[in-house]
Amino acid sequence: MEKKVTLWSYLADNSRPVSSLFYFALIMTIFFASAPQVFFAPKFHQAVLTVIPIIIFLVIPLVFIVTMGEIDLSFASTFGFAAWVFASLVKYFSFDPFLGFIIGIIGGAVVGILMGCLVVYGRISSLVASLGALFLIRGFLFVVSDSKSITVIEVRDHWMHSALVGKFYGFPMQCFWAAIFIIIAYYLYHRHVFGVHVHHVGDNPESAAQMGVNVDLTRIYCFMFCGIGAGFAGIFSTLINFTWWPTQGFGYLLLGLAAVFVGGTPTWGGVGTIFGAVFGSGVIAYMETGIVAMGWSGLWRQFFNGLIIILALLGHRFHGNRIR
Amino acid sequence: MEPIIELKNVSKRFGGITALDSASLHVDEGEVVGLIGDNGAGKSTLIKTLVGVHPPDSGDIIIRGEKVQNWNTKKARQAKIETVFQDRALTPQQSIVWNIFMGKELRHSFGFIRVKEQVEEANRIIREIGFTSKLIDANSPVGNLSGGERQGVAIARAIYNDAELIILDEPTTALSLIETQKVFDFVNNVKAKGRSVLFIGHNIFHVYDISDRFIILDRGKVIHKLSKEDVGSPEELIKIMKETVTGKKE
Repeated sequence: MEKKVTLWSYLADNSRPVSSLFYFALIMTIFFASAPQVFFAPKFHQAVLTVIPIIIFLVIPLVFIVTMGEIDLSFASTFGFAAWVFASLVKYFSFDPFLGFIIGIIGGAVVGILMGCLVVYGRISSLVASLGALFLIRGFLFVVSDSKSITVIEVRDHWMHSALVGKFYGFPMQCFWAAIFIIIAYYLYHRHVFGVHVHHVGDNPESAAQMGVNVDLTRIYCFMFCGIGAGFAGIFSTLINFTWWPTQGFGYLLLGLAAVFVGGTPTWGGVGTIFGAVFGSGVIAYMETGIVAMGWSGLWRQFFNGLIIILALLGHRFHGNRIR
Repeated sequence: MEPIIELKNVSKRFGGITALDSASLHVDEGEVVGLIGDNGAGKSTLIKTLVGVHPPDSGDIIIRGEKVQNWNTKKARQAKIETVFQDRALTPQQSIVWNIFMGKELRHSFGFIRVKEQVEEANRIIREIGFTSKLIDANSPVGNLSGGERQGVAIARAIYNDAELIILDEPTTALSLIETQKVFDFVNNVKAKGRSVLFIGHNIFHVYDISDRFIILDRGKVIHKLSKEDVGSPEELIKIMKETVTGKKE
């Protein structure tokens, strides 16, 4: 009864991540051909690889959320909130940075849980609820920080700094942690009860509930995971820059969402791809710098970002419509 | 003999509408009970209340002699009560294997799934229920299957979980003659193994053929409880139903 696996059937079964890889490869080919002097320089890639892990920490939990048929915009502010908790504890309360890191991540998780509860028990659309939370949390950060940055230069000599965002033979350590995050997320998504339930809930929540899946709890866990991912992104960003600032993370809002959809996760829920999102993150990160590196004015950046998003989404249409 | 499940004076309202009005019924071990009623009689609400999808507003649910509290779908499945819902409760974009094990996944520690074991079991089950296409295996999406095949997956899920009571909510709707016969064979098989079935259907001839006794529901109330001997023929059952709905003796 088992189907014979051929290269064609493998590509067909994995068409979403494979096409995301194709878009990434295509863009890189264009960049390498257009500006070889920049793109063959390792330092250029070191700079991009410093940022990609931050995007990955944000984007992968969003794949879970979108697969579940929901959306979370608040991650861009949770990013800033978790980083603020970390920076404040280290700067003003002389916490050990590692303890600050743990508490910051817990802070992100708590925001995610509250976000989930708002959607589940408040019965509010996740789009609207998370939009409200996005501004609410950001507003809170402006007020409590008096719109002032917090520098945490003291973390420079702590072991955690070199372990998390140091360099290993010139290679940013955060790439290593992002790789571990991707592997864990992949197994959670495909091989763990949580990930399987996320797929079922996104596909047909009524059927999932009838079969004994705890739909509400699955939703809350998913938002919690998004908060944890945003926490990692925020604290890693603060460690890289030695600074927390009140608007930190806001710039990732649309880029993060774009990476999910360029990566091949459709909007209708029930399906998604972790590896596709990783390639989507690569596309977005390289587009940000690649356009300028090719010698174009920075004014073109958003134009090309938009163009690649639309073209990628049109390309993903060929994977077919939702199976009903 | 102790009933597997018993409902006592169960009521359920949705806003101003009374979907179930002090409904009482029971299902004994090894019997096939046919639940019939016109559209809007409350059959689906009764089933969903019975298996914990809707909590009852009042009344008791008793499982093997014990009154249960906070009854929900998970507890129902743990009590070996499986349901093949009218809409089949499938997730069409997911694989056959994920659908068969939905809500009852085989797990390692920390919640990781025993993938290989699940796929082997699913392949065995879909062979048993008669899937012969080489294009279909355990990893095929359910959405690519025909109506009868989807019904087969929903029934396979009930079989796999070794249920003591299987509730079939209009399982022959939109099925071909051959597929309908397969459902009947399945019910007879289940009964032969000493398990119970609660069969909900619109087609009185289907329900009559396979049931040992009948419960007639009308506007949320249990109007009649009849054995096959009380009825005698499907035509008589139709007559009783007509009289129930119209309120006139024929």
